[in-house]
Amino acid sequence: MTATAPEGVTRRFEWAALTGIWYRELTLYKRYWMPSTFAAIVEPVLYLLAFGFGLGSLVGAIGGYRYIDFLATGIVAMSVLFVSAFTALFATFVRRTFQHSYEAILAAPVDVHEVVTAEASWIAVRSAVYGCAPLLVALAFGLRPSWGMLLVPLIGLVTGMGFALWGIWMSALVPSINTMDYVITGVITPLFLVAGTFFPLSQFPSWIRHIAALNPLYHTVELVRHAATGWRPLADLGHLGALVLFCGIAWLAAVTAMRRRLID
Amino acid sequence: MAVTGVGDPKREGGAAGPRPSTAPPAIRLRGVVKTYDETTAVDGLDLEVPSGVCLGLLGPNGAGKSTTMRMLTAQTRATSGVIEVLGLPVPARAKRARALMGVVPQEDNLDEELSAKENLEVFARLYRVPRAERRAAVTRALEIAQLTEKSHIRADKLSGGMRRRLLIARGLVHRPRLVLLDEPTVGLDPQVRQELWSLIARLRDEGVTVLMSTHYIEEAERLADEVAIMSRGRVVARGVPADLIAAYAGSTAVEHLATPARRTEIERVARAHDVPTRRTGPAISILHAETLPADLAAVLDGTGVHRASTLEDVFVLLTGEDVG
Repeated sequence: MTATAPEGVTRRFEWAALTGIWYRELTLYKRYWMPSTFAAIVEPVLYLLAFGFGLGSLVGAIGGYRYIDFLATGIVAMSVLFVSAFTALFATFVRRTFQHSYEAILAAPVDVHEVVTAEASWIAVRSAVYGCAPLLVALAFGLRPSWGMLLVPLIGLVTGMGFALWGIWMSALVPSINTMDYVITGVITPLFLVAGTFFPLSQFPSWIRHIAALNPLYHTVELVRHAATGWRPLADLGHLGALVLFCGIAWLAAVTAMRRRLID
Repeated sequence: MAVTGVGDPKREGGAAGPRPSTAPPAIRLRGVVKTYDETTAVDGLDLEVPSGVCLGLLGPNGAGKSTTMRMLTAQTRATSGVIEVLGLPVPARAKRARALMGVVPQEDNLDEELSAKENLEVFARLYRVPRAERRAAVTRALEIAQLTEKSHIRADKLSGGMRRRLLIARGLVHRPRLVLLDEPTVGLDPQVRQELWSLIARLRDEGVTVLMSTHYIEEAERLADEVAIMSRGRVVARGVPADLIAAYAGSTAVEHLATPARRTEIERVARAHDVPTRRTGPAISILHAETLPADLAAVLDGTGVHRASTLEDVFVLLTGEDVG
Protein backbone atom coordinates (compact mmCIF):
# COMPACT_ATOMS: atom_id res chain seq x y z
CA MET A 1 0.00 0.00 0.00
CA THR A 2 1.28 3.46 -0.76
CA ALA A 3 1.60 6.11 1.90
CA THR A 4 -1.74 6.91 3.42
CA ALA A 5 -1.37 10.64 3.01
CA PRO A 6 0.25 11.16 -0.35
CA GLU A 7 1.42 14.69 -0.65
CA GLY A 8 -0.61 15.52 -3.67
CA VAL A 9 -0.62 19.19 -4.43
CA THR A 10 -3.94 20.74 -3.62
CA ARG A 11 -4.28 24.37 -4.44
CA ARG A 12 -7.12 26.69 -3.56
CA PHE A 13 -7.84 27.22 -7.21
CA GLU A 14 -7.32 24.28 -9.49
CA TRP A 15 -7.56 24.51 -13.21
CA ALA A 16 -8.81 20.92 -13.40
CA ALA A 17 -11.79 21.79 -11.19
CA LEU A 18 -12.75 24.65 -13.51
CA THR A 19 -12.28 22.66 -16.72
CA GLY A 20 -14.25 19.77 -15.24
CA ILE A 21 -17.23 22.01 -14.61
CA TRP A 22 -16.88 23.72 -17.99
CA TYR A 23 -16.82 20.32 -19.63
CA ARG A 24 -20.05 19.44 -17.84
CA GLU A 25 -21.64 22.71 -18.97
CA LEU A 26 -20.48 22.22 -22.52
CA THR A 27 -21.90 18.71 -22.59
CA LEU A 28 -25.23 19.97 -21.27
CA TYR A 29 -25.14 22.91 -23.67
CA LYS A 30 -24.97 20.54 -26.62
CA ARG A 31 -28.48 19.47 -25.63
CA TYR A 32 -30.10 22.86 -25.35
CA TRP A 33 -28.02 25.30 -27.40
CA MET A 34 -30.70 25.77 -30.04
CA PRO A 35 -33.55 27.16 -27.96
CA SER A 36 -31.25 29.18 -25.75
CA THR A 37 -29.42 30.67 -28.70
CA PHE A 38 -32.71 31.48 -30.39
CA ALA A 39 -33.97 33.33 -27.35
CA ALA A 40 -30.70 35.08 -26.64
CA ILE A 41 -30.24 36.40 -30.15
CA VAL A 42 -33.74 36.93 -31.46
CA GLU A 43 -35.09 38.82 -28.48
CA PRO A 44 -32.59 41.71 -28.47
CA VAL A 45 -32.73 41.90 -32.25
CA LEU A 46 -36.50 42.26 -32.07
CA TYR A 47 -36.09 45.07 -29.54
CA LEU A 48 -33.55 46.70 -31.78
CA LEU A 49 -35.69 46.51 -34.89
CA ALA A 50 -38.94 47.51 -33.19
CA PHE A 51 -37.54 50.47 -31.28
CA GLY A 52 -35.12 51.37 -34.03
CA PHE A 53 -37.78 51.67 -36.69
CA GLY A 54 -40.69 52.58 -34.47
CA LEU A 55 -39.04 55.20 -32.32
CA GLY A 56 -36.10 55.93 -34.57
CA SER A 57 -38.32 57.44 -37.25
CA LEU A 58 -39.64 59.91 -34.67
CA VAL A 59 -36.42 60.63 -32.84
CA GLY A 60 -33.86 60.68 -35.60
CA ALA A 61 -30.80 61.49 -33.53
CA ILE A 62 -29.83 61.45 -29.87
CA GLY A 63 -26.80 63.14 -28.38
CA GLY A 64 -25.07 63.21 -31.74
CA TYR A 65 -25.82 59.55 -32.58
CA ARG A 66 -28.29 58.19 -35.07
CA TYR A 67 -30.97 56.70 -32.89
CA ILE A 68 -30.48 53.15 -34.17
CA ASP A 69 -26.76 53.41 -33.43
CA PHE A 70 -27.47 54.75 -29.97
CA LEU A 71 -29.99 52.00 -29.41
CA ALA A 72 -27.89 49.14 -30.81
CA THR A 73 -25.03 49.87 -28.46
CA GLY A 74 -27.47 50.06 -25.54
CA ILE A 75 -29.10 46.80 -26.53
CA VAL A 76 -25.76 45.01 -26.64
CA ALA A 77 -25.47 45.81 -22.93
CA MET A 78 -29.07 44.81 -22.28
CA SER A 79 -28.57 41.52 -24.05
CA VAL A 80 -25.46 40.71 -22.03
CA LEU A 81 -27.36 41.56 -18.85
CA PHE A 82 -30.35 39.41 -19.71
CA VAL A 83 -28.39 36.34 -20.75
CA SER A 84 -26.01 36.43 -17.81
CA ALA A 85 -28.36 37.45 -15.02
CA PHE A 86 -31.32 35.24 -16.00
CA THR A 87 -29.20 32.18 -16.69
CA ALA A 88 -27.36 32.59 -13.41
CA LEU A 89 -30.55 33.17 -11.45
CA PHE A 90 -32.51 30.25 -12.77
CA ALA A 91 -29.95 27.65 -13.80
CA THR A 92 -28.00 28.01 -10.58
CA PHE A 93 -31.14 27.84 -8.49
CA VAL A 94 -32.47 24.76 -10.27
CA ARG A 95 -29.15 22.96 -10.11
CA ARG A 96 -28.72 23.69 -6.45
CA THR A 97 -32.20 23.00 -5.15
CA PHE A 98 -33.88 20.58 -7.57
CA GLN A 99 -31.07 18.66 -9.23
CA HIS A 100 -28.57 18.74 -6.35
CA SER A 101 -25.79 18.93 -8.92
CA TYR A 102 -23.54 21.02 -6.71
CA GLU A 103 -23.95 18.55 -3.91
CA ALA A 104 -22.49 15.90 -6.21
CA ILE A 105 -19.69 18.13 -7.47
CA LEU A 106 -18.65 19.18 -3.97
CA ALA A 107 -18.18 15.54 -2.97
CA ALA A 108 -15.40 15.50 -5.58
CA PRO A 109 -12.25 17.57 -5.03
CA VAL A 110 -13.93 20.85 -5.94
CA ASP A 111 -14.67 23.74 -3.59
CA VAL A 112 -17.54 26.21 -3.59
CA HIS A 113 -15.45 29.11 -4.89
CA GLU A 114 -14.39 26.98 -7.85
CA VAL A 115 -17.99 26.02 -8.62
CA VAL A 116 -19.06 29.66 -8.50
CA THR A 117 -16.13 30.86 -10.62
CA ALA A 118 -16.56 28.13 -13.23
CA GLU A 119 -20.32 28.57 -13.53
CA ALA A 120 -20.08 32.37 -13.75
CA SER A 121 -17.29 32.36 -16.31
CA TRP A 122 -19.14 29.87 -18.50
CA ILE A 123 -22.23 32.08 -18.42
CA ALA A 124 -20.07 35.15 -19.05
CA VAL A 125 -18.64 33.65 -22.24
CA ARG A 126 -22.09 32.80 -23.54
CA SER A 127 -23.47 36.25 -22.78
CA ALA A 128 -20.45 37.93 -24.40
CA VAL A 129 -20.94 35.96 -27.60
CA TYR A 130 -24.71 36.46 -27.73
CA GLY A 131 -24.30 40.15 -26.90
CA CYS A 132 -22.57 40.74 -30.23
CA ALA A 133 -25.70 39.91 -32.22
CA PRO A 134 -27.38 43.33 -31.94
CA LEU A 135 -24.14 44.99 -32.97
CA LEU A 136 -23.93 42.84 -36.10
CA VAL A 137 -27.53 43.72 -36.96
CA ALA A 138 -26.80 47.41 -36.47
CA LEU A 139 -23.78 47.06 -38.75
CA ALA A 140 -26.07 45.64 -41.38
CA PHE A 141 -28.27 48.69 -40.94
CA GLY A 142 -25.44 51.12 -41.51
CA LEU A 143 -23.59 51.50 -38.21
CA ARG A 144 -20.07 52.43 -39.20
CA PRO A 145 -17.57 49.67 -38.35
CA SER A 146 -14.68 50.60 -36.12
CA TRP A 147 -11.66 48.78 -34.67
CA GLY A 148 -12.93 49.47 -31.18
CA MET A 149 -15.88 47.16 -31.82
CA LEU A 150 -13.53 44.22 -31.68
CA LEU A 151 -13.31 44.83 -27.96
CA VAL A 152 -17.08 44.60 -27.46
CA PRO A 153 -16.93 40.84 -26.67
CA LEU A 154 -14.38 41.65 -24.00
CA ILE A 155 -16.64 44.31 -22.48
CA GLY A 156 -19.43 41.75 -22.65
CA LEU A 157 -17.26 39.21 -20.89
CA VAL A 158 -16.50 41.46 -17.92
CA THR A 159 -20.12 42.59 -17.70
CA GLY A 160 -21.42 39.05 -18.08
CA MET A 161 -19.06 37.83 -15.37
CA GLY A 162 -20.31 40.51 -12.99
CA PHE A 163 -23.98 39.87 -13.60
CA ALA A 164 -23.58 36.10 -13.61
CA LEU A 165 -21.94 36.33 -10.19
CA TRP A 166 -24.63 38.73 -9.08
CA GLY A 167 -27.30 36.29 -10.32
CA ILE A 168 -25.67 33.37 -8.51
CA TRP A 169 -25.60 35.50 -5.38
CA MET A 170 -29.31 36.31 -5.72
CA SER A 171 -30.17 32.67 -6.46
CA ALA A 172 -28.57 31.77 -3.15
CA LEU A 173 -30.44 34.49 -1.28
CA VAL A 174 -33.99 33.91 -2.48
CA PRO A 175 -35.95 31.42 -0.41
CA SER A 176 -37.95 30.05 -3.35
CA ILE A 177 -38.12 30.26 -7.11
CA ASN A 178 -41.21 32.49 -6.91
CA THR A 179 -39.28 35.10 -4.97
CA MET A 180 -37.19 35.65 -8.11
CA ASP A 181 -39.95 37.96 -9.33
CA TYR A 182 -38.88 40.56 -6.78
CA VAL A 183 -35.36 40.37 -8.06
CA ILE A 184 -36.35 40.55 -11.72
CA THR A 185 -38.88 43.36 -11.48
CA GLY A 186 -37.31 45.13 -8.55
CA VAL A 187 -33.70 45.09 -9.69
CA ILE A 188 -33.11 43.93 -13.25
CA THR A 189 -35.80 46.06 -14.88
CA PRO A 190 -34.69 49.35 -13.30
CA LEU A 191 -31.08 48.42 -14.04
CA PHE A 192 -31.60 48.18 -17.74
CA LEU A 193 -34.00 51.10 -18.01
CA VAL A 194 -31.77 53.53 -16.12
CA ALA A 195 -28.52 52.78 -17.87
CA GLY A 196 -28.79 54.90 -21.00
CA THR A 197 -29.95 51.99 -23.12
CA PHE A 198 -33.07 53.39 -24.80
CA PHE A 199 -32.61 57.06 -23.99
CA PRO A 200 -29.76 59.13 -22.58
CA LEU A 201 -29.50 59.68 -18.87
CA SER A 202 -29.22 63.40 -19.48
CA GLN A 203 -33.02 63.41 -19.63
CA PHE A 204 -33.14 62.54 -15.92
CA PRO A 205 -32.76 64.84 -12.91
CA SER A 206 -29.18 64.99 -11.70
CA TRP A 207 -29.73 62.85 -8.58
CA ILE A 208 -30.84 59.95 -10.75
CA ARG A 209 -27.76 60.40 -12.89
CA HIS A 210 -25.62 60.12 -9.79
CA ILE A 211 -27.36 56.94 -8.75
CA ALA A 212 -26.96 55.60 -12.26
CA ALA A 213 -23.19 55.75 -11.83
CA LEU A 214 -23.66 52.93 -9.34
CA ASN A 215 -25.38 50.87 -12.03
CA PRO A 216 -22.78 48.53 -13.57
CA LEU A 217 -24.81 48.36 -16.75
CA TYR A 218 -24.45 52.12 -17.24
CA HIS A 219 -20.70 51.62 -17.45
CA THR A 220 -21.16 48.82 -19.95
CA VAL A 221 -23.40 50.99 -22.13
CA GLU A 222 -20.84 53.80 -22.10
CA LEU A 223 -18.00 51.45 -22.96
CA VAL A 224 -19.85 49.76 -25.82
CA ARG A 225 -20.94 53.12 -27.22
CA HIS A 226 -17.41 54.46 -27.10
CA ALA A 227 -16.04 51.25 -28.57
CA ALA A 228 -18.29 51.80 -31.58
CA THR A 229 -17.84 55.52 -31.97
CA GLY A 230 -14.54 56.53 -30.43
CA TRP A 231 -12.78 55.94 -27.08
CA ARG A 232 -12.55 58.52 -24.31
CA PRO A 233 -9.56 56.93 -22.65
CA LEU A 234 -9.74 58.38 -19.16
CA ALA A 235 -13.49 57.98 -18.74
CA ASP A 236 -13.40 54.52 -20.28
CA LEU A 237 -10.72 53.31 -17.90
CA GLY A 238 -12.99 54.50 -15.11
CA HIS A 239 -15.92 52.58 -16.58
CA LEU A 240 -13.82 49.44 -16.91
CA GLY A 241 -12.58 49.86 -13.35
CA ALA A 242 -16.17 50.14 -12.12
CA LEU A 243 -17.06 46.85 -13.88
CA VAL A 244 -14.03 45.04 -12.50
CA LEU A 245 -14.90 46.29 -9.02
CA PHE A 246 -18.45 45.05 -9.53
CA CYS A 247 -17.10 41.60 -10.46
CA GLY A 248 -14.96 41.50 -7.34
CA ILE A 249 -17.77 42.43 -4.99
CA ALA A 250 -20.24 40.09 -6.68
CA TRP A 251 -17.73 37.23 -6.54
CA LEU A 252 -17.26 37.61 -2.81
CA ALA A 253 -20.99 37.89 -2.24
CA ALA A 254 -21.80 34.89 -4.48
CA VAL A 255 -19.15 32.65 -2.93
CA THR A 256 -20.19 33.57 0.60
CA ALA A 257 -23.89 33.05 -0.03
CA MET A 258 -23.40 29.79 -1.93
CA ARG A 259 -21.09 28.45 0.73
CA ARG A 260 -23.75 29.17 3.30
CA ARG A 261 -26.28 27.24 1.21
CA LEU A 262 -24.10 24.28 0.28
CA ILE A 263 -21.91 23.71 3.32
CA ASP A 264 -23.62 23.38 6.67
CA MET B 1 -13.49 -8.01 -13.09
CA ALA B 2 -11.78 -5.67 -10.69
CA VAL B 3 -14.06 -2.96 -9.44
CA THR B 4 -11.37 -0.54 -8.44
CA GLY B 5 -8.13 -2.47 -8.62
CA VAL B 6 -6.53 -0.60 -5.75
CA GLY B 7 -5.28 -3.64 -4.01
CA ASP B 8 -1.69 -4.67 -3.75
CA PRO B 9 -0.88 -8.34 -4.32
CA LYS B 10 -1.11 -9.22 -0.63
CA ARG B 11 -4.72 -8.35 -0.60
CA GLU B 12 -5.87 -10.15 -3.69
CA GLY B 13 -7.71 -13.39 -3.36
CA GLY B 14 -10.95 -12.14 -1.97
CA ALA B 15 -10.14 -12.51 1.70
CA ALA B 16 -12.96 -10.89 3.59
CA GLY B 17 -12.75 -9.59 7.09
CA PRO B 18 -10.46 -7.12 8.76
CA ARG B 19 -6.86 -7.50 7.74
CA PRO B 20 -4.03 -6.83 10.09
CA SER B 21 -2.64 -3.55 8.94
CA THR B 22 -0.02 -1.16 10.08
CA ALA B 23 -1.58 1.62 8.06
CA PRO B 24 -3.38 4.34 9.99
CA PRO B 25 -7.15 4.01 9.97
CA ALA B 26 -8.95 5.11 6.82
CA ILE B 27 -11.36 7.11 8.91
CA ARG B 28 -10.92 8.47 12.39
CA LEU B 29 -13.53 10.51 14.21
CA ARG B 30 -12.96 11.60 17.75
CA GLY B 31 -15.43 13.45 19.95
CA VAL B 32 -17.26 14.78 16.92
CA VAL B 33 -20.27 16.97 17.62
CA LYS B 34 -22.60 18.63 15.13
CA THR B 35 -25.34 20.86 16.38
CA TYR B 36 -27.85 22.79 14.35
CA ASP B 37 -29.85 25.65 15.87
CA GLU B 38 -31.98 23.53 18.15
CA THR B 39 -30.94 19.97 17.52
CA THR B 40 -27.84 17.90 18.02
CA ALA B 41 -27.37 15.60 15.03
CA VAL B 42 -24.07 14.07 16.09
CA ASP B 43 -23.27 13.99 19.77
CA GLY B 44 -19.71 13.05 20.65
CA LEU B 45 -19.06 10.46 17.98
CA ASP B 46 -15.98 8.27 18.18
CA LEU B 47 -15.40 5.99 15.21
CA GLU B 48 -12.39 4.39 13.62
CA VAL B 49 -12.52 2.48 10.38
CA PRO B 50 -9.38 0.43 9.75
CA SER B 51 -7.99 0.39 6.27
CA GLY B 52 -9.49 -2.33 4.09
CA VAL B 53 -12.57 -2.96 6.20
CA CYS B 54 -16.21 -2.71 5.20
CA LEU B 55 -17.95 -1.04 8.08
CA GLY B 56 -21.73 -0.89 8.23
CA LEU B 57 -23.10 2.14 9.98
CA LEU B 58 -26.46 1.02 11.28
CA GLY B 59 -29.04 3.20 12.85
CA PRO B 60 -32.61 4.38 12.61
CA ASN B 61 -33.47 7.48 10.61
CA GLY B 62 -32.20 10.55 12.41
CA ALA B 63 -29.42 8.72 14.23
CA GLY B 64 -26.84 10.94 12.52
CA LYS B 65 -25.57 8.57 9.81
CA SER B 66 -25.92 10.94 6.88
CA THR B 67 -24.54 13.87 8.85
CA THR B 68 -21.51 11.75 9.69
CA MET B 69 -21.04 10.88 6.01
CA ARG B 70 -21.26 14.52 4.99
CA MET B 71 -18.73 15.53 7.61
CA LEU B 72 -16.18 13.20 6.04
CA THR B 73 -16.30 15.21 2.79
CA ALA B 74 -16.46 18.51 4.70
CA GLN B 75 -19.85 19.29 3.17
CA THR B 76 -21.00 19.47 6.76
CA ARG B 77 -18.62 21.12 9.21
CA ALA B 78 -18.37 19.63 12.68
CA THR B 79 -19.13 21.93 15.57
CA SER B 80 -16.27 20.32 17.48
CA GLY B 81 -14.10 17.21 17.44
CA VAL B 82 -11.36 15.77 15.27
CA ILE B 83 -11.87 14.17 11.85
CA GLU B 84 -9.24 12.45 9.74
CA VAL B 85 -9.78 10.74 6.42
CA LEU B 86 -6.93 8.65 4.99
CA GLY B 87 -4.65 10.39 7.41
CA LEU B 88 -5.67 13.85 6.21
CA PRO B 89 -7.25 16.32 8.63
CA VAL B 90 -10.76 17.36 7.60
CA PRO B 91 -11.82 20.04 6.77
CA ALA B 92 -8.28 21.47 6.50
CA ARG B 93 -7.19 19.03 3.78
CA ALA B 94 -10.62 17.84 2.75
CA LYS B 95 -10.04 18.60 -0.92
CA ARG B 96 -7.15 16.16 -1.09
CA ALA B 97 -9.11 13.61 0.91
CA ARG B 98 -12.04 13.92 -1.50
CA ALA B 99 -9.73 13.17 -4.41
CA LEU B 100 -8.92 9.83 -2.80
CA MET B 101 -12.42 8.77 -1.85
CA GLY B 102 -15.58 8.05 -3.73
CA VAL B 103 -18.99 9.17 -2.51
CA VAL B 104 -22.28 7.55 -3.37
CA PRO B 105 -25.01 9.77 -2.00
CA GLN B 106 -28.36 8.62 -0.79
CA GLU B 107 -30.07 11.08 -3.06
CA ASP B 108 -29.80 10.44 -6.77
CA ASN B 109 -28.02 13.51 -8.14
CA LEU B 110 -27.03 12.26 -11.57
CA ASP B 111 -27.18 14.76 -14.41
CA GLU B 112 -30.48 13.66 -15.85
CA GLU B 113 -29.99 15.21 -19.25
CA LEU B 114 -26.61 13.60 -19.75
CA SER B 115 -26.06 10.05 -20.92
CA ALA B 116 -24.62 7.40 -18.63
CA LYS B 117 -21.27 7.81 -20.32
CA GLU B 118 -21.30 11.59 -20.12
CA ASN B 119 -22.11 11.47 -16.43
CA LEU B 120 -19.01 9.36 -15.91
CA GLU B 121 -16.86 11.52 -18.18
CA VAL B 122 -17.69 14.63 -16.19
CA PHE B 123 -16.73 13.00 -12.92
CA ALA B 124 -13.60 11.41 -14.36
CA ARG B 125 -12.47 14.99 -14.94
CA LEU B 126 -13.65 16.33 -11.61
CA TYR B 127 -11.82 13.47 -9.91
CA ARG B 128 -8.64 14.34 -11.85
CA VAL B 129 -8.30 11.09 -13.76
CA PRO B 130 -5.34 11.87 -16.06
CA ARG B 131 -6.30 12.57 -19.64
CA ALA B 132 -4.58 9.46 -21.00
CA GLU B 133 -6.52 7.20 -18.64
CA ARG B 134 -9.92 8.84 -18.85
CA ARG B 135 -11.36 6.78 -21.65
CA ALA B 136 -10.36 3.51 -19.97
CA ALA B 137 -11.69 4.73 -16.62
CA VAL B 138 -15.07 5.54 -18.14
CA THR B 139 -15.22 2.21 -19.96
CA ARG B 140 -14.42 0.39 -16.76
CA ALA B 141 -17.01 2.33 -14.77
CA LEU B 142 -19.63 1.52 -17.41
CA GLU B 143 -18.75 -2.14 -16.97
CA ILE B 144 -19.11 -1.86 -13.21
CA ALA B 145 -22.52 -0.29 -13.71
CA GLN B 146 -23.32 -2.94 -16.36
CA LEU B 147 -24.34 -0.13 -18.65
CA THR B 148 -21.88 -0.67 -21.47
CA GLU B 149 -24.76 -1.39 -23.83
CA LYS B 150 -26.71 1.60 -22.59
CA SER B 151 -23.89 4.10 -22.37
CA HIS B 152 -25.64 6.57 -24.68
CA ILE B 153 -28.97 6.55 -22.89
CA ARG B 154 -29.84 9.63 -20.91
CA ALA B 155 -29.81 9.12 -17.15
CA ASP B 156 -33.48 10.04 -16.82
CA LYS B 157 -34.42 7.22 -19.20
CA LEU B 158 -32.67 4.55 -17.13
CA SER B 159 -34.50 2.35 -14.62
CA GLY B 160 -34.12 2.92 -10.89
CA GLY B 161 -31.66 0.06 -10.51
CA MET B 162 -29.55 1.19 -13.45
CA ARG B 163 -29.42 4.73 -12.13
CA ARG B 164 -28.29 3.48 -8.74
CA ARG B 165 -25.57 1.38 -10.39
CA LEU B 166 -24.49 4.41 -12.38
CA LEU B 167 -24.40 6.49 -9.22
CA ILE B 168 -22.14 3.92 -7.57
CA ALA B 169 -19.92 3.64 -10.65
CA ARG B 170 -19.60 7.42 -10.72
CA GLY B 171 -18.09 7.29 -7.24
CA LEU B 172 -15.63 4.60 -8.37
CA VAL B 173 -14.45 6.13 -11.64
CA HIS B 174 -11.15 7.29 -10.12
CA ARG B 175 -10.42 4.02 -8.25
CA PRO B 176 -10.80 5.47 -4.78
CA ARG B 177 -9.22 3.83 -1.76
CA LEU B 178 -12.21 4.67 0.39
CA VAL B 179 -15.84 4.59 -0.62
CA LEU B 180 -18.71 6.16 1.28
CA LEU B 181 -22.06 4.57 0.52
CA ASP B 182 -25.03 6.33 2.04
CA GLU B 183 -28.02 3.98 2.09
CA PRO B 184 -26.96 2.34 -1.18
CA THR B 185 -30.09 0.24 -1.74
CA VAL B 186 -32.83 2.29 -0.19
CA GLY B 187 -36.11 2.02 -2.06
CA LEU B 188 -35.00 -0.66 -4.53
CA ASP B 189 -36.46 -4.05 -5.49
CA PRO B 190 -34.95 -7.12 -3.82
CA GLN B 191 -33.48 -8.24 -7.15
CA VAL B 192 -31.74 -4.94 -7.65
CA ARG B 193 -30.50 -4.95 -4.08
CA GLN B 194 -28.88 -8.37 -4.64
CA GLU B 195 -27.04 -6.97 -7.62
CA LEU B 196 -25.75 -4.01 -5.69
CA TRP B 197 -24.71 -6.21 -2.82
CA SER B 198 -22.49 -8.29 -5.04
CA LEU B 199 -21.00 -5.09 -6.41
CA ILE B 200 -20.23 -3.84 -2.90
CA ALA B 201 -18.91 -7.25 -1.86
CA ARG B 202 -16.47 -7.12 -4.79
CA LEU B 203 -15.25 -3.74 -3.65
CA ARG B 204 -14.62 -5.09 -0.19
CA ASP B 205 -12.83 -8.14 -1.55
CA GLU B 206 -10.48 -5.89 -3.46
CA GLY B 207 -9.39 -4.22 -0.29
CA VAL B 208 -11.16 -0.92 -0.71
CA THR B 209 -12.26 0.55 2.58
CA VAL B 210 -16.03 0.91 2.60
CA LEU B 211 -18.16 2.90 4.99
CA MET B 212 -21.77 2.07 4.30
CA SER B 213 -24.68 3.55 6.16
CA THR B 214 -27.88 1.61 6.10
CA HIS B 215 -30.96 0.93 8.09
CA TYR B 216 -31.43 -2.46 6.49
CA ILE B 217 -30.10 -4.96 8.98
CA GLU B 218 -29.73 -7.69 6.39
CA GLU B 219 -27.58 -5.48 4.24
CA ALA B 220 -25.15 -4.80 7.07
CA GLU B 221 -25.11 -8.43 8.11
CA ARG B 222 -24.28 -9.66 4.63
CA LEU B 223 -21.74 -7.10 3.61
CA ALA B 224 -20.08 -5.61 6.63
CA ASP B 225 -17.01 -7.01 8.33
CA GLU B 226 -18.01 -4.95 11.30
CA VAL B 227 -20.99 -2.86 12.19
CA ALA B 228 -21.31 0.24 14.31
CA ILE B 229 -24.77 0.86 15.67
CA MET B 230 -25.66 4.53 15.96
CA SER B 231 -28.35 6.01 18.10
CA ARG B 232 -28.97 9.68 18.84
CA GLY B 233 -25.73 10.87 17.31
CA ARG B 234 -23.27 8.42 18.82
CA VAL B 235 -22.03 4.87 18.39
CA VAL B 236 -23.67 2.65 20.99
CA ALA B 237 -22.13 -0.67 19.92
CA ARG B 238 -19.40 -1.74 17.56
CA GLY B 239 -18.15 -5.12 16.44
CA VAL B 240 -18.45 -8.13 14.20
CA PRO B 241 -22.19 -8.89 13.75
CA ALA B 242 -21.92 -12.39 15.28
CA ASP B 243 -20.14 -11.02 18.35
CA LEU B 244 -22.70 -8.29 18.81
CA ILE B 245 -25.53 -10.79 18.58
CA ALA B 246 -23.86 -13.07 21.10
CA ALA B 247 -23.18 -10.21 23.47
CA TYR B 248 -26.52 -8.45 23.35
CA ALA B 249 -29.10 -11.03 22.29
CA GLY B 250 -27.52 -14.39 23.05
CA SER B 251 -27.88 -17.37 20.77
CA THR B 252 -31.60 -17.97 21.02
CA ALA B 253 -34.71 -15.90 21.21
CA VAL B 254 -38.16 -17.09 22.13
CA GLU B 255 -40.89 -15.35 20.26
CA HIS B 256 -44.43 -15.21 21.63
CA LEU B 257 -47.30 -14.34 19.39
CA ALA B 258 -49.70 -13.15 22.04
CA THR B 259 -52.47 -10.78 22.98
CA PRO B 260 -51.48 -7.31 24.11
CA ALA B 261 -52.28 -8.19 27.72
CA ARG B 262 -50.15 -11.31 27.64
CA ARG B 263 -47.31 -9.38 25.94
CA THR B 264 -47.32 -6.76 28.65
CA GLU B 265 -47.30 -9.49 31.27
CA ILE B 266 -44.32 -11.24 29.65
CA GLU B 267 -42.52 -7.96 29.38
CA ARG B 268 -43.12 -7.22 33.06
CA VAL B 269 -41.85 -10.57 34.26
CA ALA B 270 -38.81 -10.39 31.97
CA ARG B 271 -37.97 -6.91 33.09
CA ALA B 272 -38.24 -7.87 36.74
CA HIS B 273 -35.55 -10.48 36.12
CA ASP B 274 -33.38 -8.31 33.90
CA VAL B 275 -34.05 -10.40 30.82
CA PRO B 276 -34.02 -8.30 27.65
CA THR B 277 -37.06 -8.38 25.38
CA ARG B 278 -38.07 -6.80 22.15
CA ARG B 279 -41.36 -6.31 20.42
CA THR B 280 -41.98 -7.27 16.83
CA GLY B 281 -45.43 -6.09 15.84
CA PRO B 282 -47.89 -8.53 17.42
CA ALA B 283 -45.14 -10.61 18.98
CA ILE B 284 -42.67 -10.23 21.79
CA SER B 285 -39.26 -11.89 21.88
CA ILE B 286 -37.32 -12.95 24.92
CA LEU B 287 -33.63 -12.52 24.18
CA HIS B 288 -30.80 -14.54 25.69
CA ALA B 289 -33.38 -17.33 26.03
CA GLU B 290 -30.66 -19.98 26.31
CA THR B 291 -29.63 -18.59 29.67
CA LEU B 292 -33.06 -18.47 31.27
CA PRO B 293 -33.15 -20.21 34.66
CA ALA B 294 -35.57 -23.14 34.75
CA ASP B 295 -38.23 -21.44 36.87
CA LEU B 296 -38.29 -18.40 34.60
CA ALA B 297 -38.24 -20.53 31.50
CA ALA B 298 -41.45 -22.11 32.65
CA VAL B 299 -43.13 -18.70 32.62
CA LEU B 300 -41.42 -17.13 29.62
CA ASP B 301 -40.75 -20.09 27.41
CA GLY B 302 -43.98 -22.05 27.41
CA THR B 303 -45.95 -20.97 24.36
CA GLY B 304 -43.11 -19.39 22.46
CA VAL B 305 -41.28 -20.35 19.30
CA HIS B 306 -37.51 -20.71 19.47
CA ARG B 307 -35.43 -18.97 16.86
CA ALA B 308 -31.86 -17.81 16.43
CA SER B 309 -31.10 -14.33 17.69
CA THR B 310 -30.48 -11.78 14.99
CA LEU B 311 -28.70 -8.50 14.49
CA GLU B 312 -32.12 -6.92 14.29
CA ASP B 313 -32.71 -7.95 17.91
CA VAL B 314 -29.53 -6.12 18.86
CA PHE B 315 -30.49 -3.13 16.75
CA VAL B 316 -33.91 -2.74 18.34
CA LEU B 317 -32.55 -3.41 21.80
CA LEU B 318 -29.93 -0.70 21.47
CA THR B 319 -31.71 1.95 19.47
CA GLY B 320 -35.06 1.70 21.19
CA GLU B 321 -38.43 0.34 20.19
CA ASP B 322 -39.92 3.73 19.57
CA VAL B 323 -37.99 5.71 17.02
CA GLY B 324 -38.78 9.40 17.03
